[in-house]
Amino acid sequence: MARAITRKFYFLLSRPQFARHAVSARAIHFVYQPDTAKPPVSGETIKQNMFMAINSAIHSALEKDDSAIIFGEDVAFGGVFRCTLGLKDKFGADRVFNTPLCEQGIAGFGIGAAAAGATAIAEMQFADYMFPAFDQIVNEAAKYRYRSGGLFDCGKLTIRSPCSAVGHGAVYHSQSPEAYFAHTPGLKVVVPRGPIAAKGLLLSCIRDPDPCIFLEPKVLYRTAEEMVPKTEYFIPLGKAQVLTPGNQVTLVGWGTQVHVLLEVAKMAKEQLKVSCEVIDLQTILPWDKDTVCQSVKKTGRVIVAHEAPLTCGFGAELAATIQQECFLNLEAPVTRVTGFDTPFPHIFEPFYLPTKWRCLEAVKKIVNF
Amino acid sequence: MAAFYSKALNLKAFRAVQSHLRLFCDAPKFPGAKTTWTQTLKISEAKQEDNLPVYRVLDKQGVVIDSSHEPKLSSEVLRKMYKSMTLLNQMDNILYESQRQGRISFYMTNYGEEAVQIGSIAALNNDDLVFAQYREAGVLVYRGAPIDFFMNQCYGNNLDVGRGKQMPVHYGNKDLHFVTLSSPLTTQLPQASGAAYAFKRAKNGKVVITYFGDGAASEGDFHAALNFAATLECPVIFFCRNNGYAISTPTHEQYRGDGIASRAPGYGMGAIRCDGNDLLAVYNTVKLARKYCSENNKPILVEAMTYRVGHHSTSDDSTAYRPKEEISMWSTESPVGKFRRYLETKGLWSEEEEKSWAKDVRKQILDAFNKAEKVPKPAWKEMFEGVYKDLTPALKEQVKEMESHLKSYGAHYPLDNFK
Repeated sequence: MARAITRKFYFLLSRPQFARHAVSARAIHFVYQPDTAKPPVSGETIKQNMFMAINSAIHSALEKDDSAIIFGEDVAFGGVFRCTLGLKDKFGADRVFNTPLCEQGIAGFGIGAAAAGATAIAEMQFADYMFPAFDQIVNEAAKYRYRSGGLFDCGKLTIRSPCSAVGHGAVYHSQSPEAYFAHTPGLKVVVPRGPIAAKGLLLSCIRDPDPCIFLEPKVLYRTAEEMVPKTEYFIPLGKAQVLTPGNQVTLVGWGTQVHVLLEVAKMAKEQLKVSCEVIDLQTILPWDKDTVCQSVKKTGRVIVAHEAPLTCGFGAELAATIQQECFLNLEAPVTRVTGFDTPFPHIFEPFYLPTKWRCLEAVKKIVNF
Repeated sequence: MAAFYSKALNLKAFRAVQSHLRLFCDAPKFPGAKTTWTQTLKISEAKQEDNLPVYRVLDKQGVVIDSSHEPKLSSEVLRKMYKSMTLLNQMDNILYESQRQGRISFYMTNYGEEAVQIGSIAALNNDDLVFAQYREAGVLVYRGAPIDFFMNQCYGNNLDVGRGKQMPVHYGNKDLHFVTLSSPLTTQLPQASGAAYAFKRAKNGKVVITYFGDGAASEGDFHAALNFAATLECPVIFFCRNNGYAISTPTHEQYRGDGIASRAPGYGMGAIRCDGNDLLAVYNTVKLARKYCSENNKPILVEAMTYRVGHHSTSDDSTAYRPKEEISMWSTESPVGKFRRYLETKGLWSEEEEKSWAKDVRKQILDAFNKAEKVPKPAWKEMFEGVYKDLTPALKEQVKEMESHLKSYGAHYPLDNFK
């Protein structure tokens, strides 16, 4: 009965009249490009959007591991983005529960539960609100194993949080904070580009022996739909994925921006006759230097794109390492197309984001350097 | 006529029932609080006479006031408690001096808080998990950590279980169920709530105790921890060592309420305030607290009133902010002395034993100290270990880089002191 109602709900959401409303008042800047390659595991698949795929991953973790718990603000009724829908009924209120409204508490509680042997999945309602938990995450979680000489660790902790632009989120519902956490040895930071990636990467994070931060681009929760394998599967952390092979320009991104870059690659091919290789970094920390540099050594030109502001955005780390490793192969300086050095604006979002037009222009400039 | 009277009586009865019903059914129905209405407008303020009293068993002279509160502890346990307190004192003496001599980089003493530490831990099970702040070395002493353990950590040598990663006194011991300390204050509190929740789910019968000071209780993590523990029903003892100072900041600049214990009702939690300088009071308090937590799967707040006799650390000279007379008064009121008098009245200790024990324990400590000083530091490559469970490719490269650098410039590094 519950499933029939849920299906009807999803069905209604996908109706054009809802989509029309979505486009008019809350425009999004990209077209989602579903994975068409062979799925990471064989077997039956099911059409899912990203919140459903994430729900599946959490469901799987709770089913296979009795110690697993998921908690955060509004998690019990299903979560503000439906990622935990139905889980409390299935696994019980002691495993799927609300916490008081306190991110530092959520993080601290999660660290302690993990250190005491429970698989702890903590939800932070928006990445923009992770900052009260910054001390717990950076000073505690990241350093737990190191500072104790390996006696204690909170590897069983995974913190998941919706991030990035959603069309209308403005200052406090659009941030991409990966750079802050990437600067912290001891953490792993992961950003999926869609449902298939989300399920496999989240399962890897939950299983990973180190504390992980899983940032979920919220605009993809409903927009991104793919045929997701029903079974459990794990996409390895620390590995980037080449999505579109090419030989003239390397385009590196993560999360939502991957779809912008995929479109840019198409446009570059059609309009500029330029062949672009698109790489989804997937794991921000530790990042896959080999895959990126291998590509750059081939193409000699690289553009890194991310929504987060330019200065000290993660693109800076990529640029520094790429120029270090591939200096003699570079035909042009490493280019970054990013959000501007401003807080994330509301009404100016269309001008703020690293749009396909700014990326295309960067491709044009880099091939003509 | 009868009909008239019976009607009148019925009416009165009816009115009485109606008014009772009104009182009952007319209660405010707001989801946020379960309470009654009032037509009186007044500001609700705490009064000093309502301050929580301090529970004690021993008087100033170390004499039991009410024998029904004297815990039935064996002579072995009582002597172990005393020996632990004095060992702790001696260890503090030697290690404090060693910092002054430049042999270790930093130290924090425990003077004045011996009863707080040993009284509390003695009341718990050996596998109850401890999340401490930094002034709880006595907990480890009582649980049986050898003197070498402390020395090795302070020297950060190759025998340090913490692998030389942290400053002195940042102890951690897995076998003794003592989570490694960290410098940021109060961060351990919400972690203790989480660990207790995990234990509750695992049904392993363990409780968690977490120690913190009067200053640390001002941090946001205190609020987070207590609120979580109360709402999620976690079997955790929040143990506050209220020693009067947070470095130089006295308690009247730290809070305006009635200490820390008074905050418990705000979270819907119970609290006990005890004399932290009375080992038996601390013992009884934590014994009761453990029973309460474990039977109800609920948290509890314990506030042990005490005084920090020593400086905050070797980086502090407390005479800069408090009178010498105050320090010496509390020094004389020593919890160790009080407990010693209690033992002596029971015939469990003597001046003779005091002398021989003092000599013996000092020798033990000096031996361990000299031994630890000679142990080399861990191999420099260990600097890269433990960041993650396994080294990442980036870290492996950094190791190689440093290896290569040391081949040419090794003479400028203290390699001889390292394994």
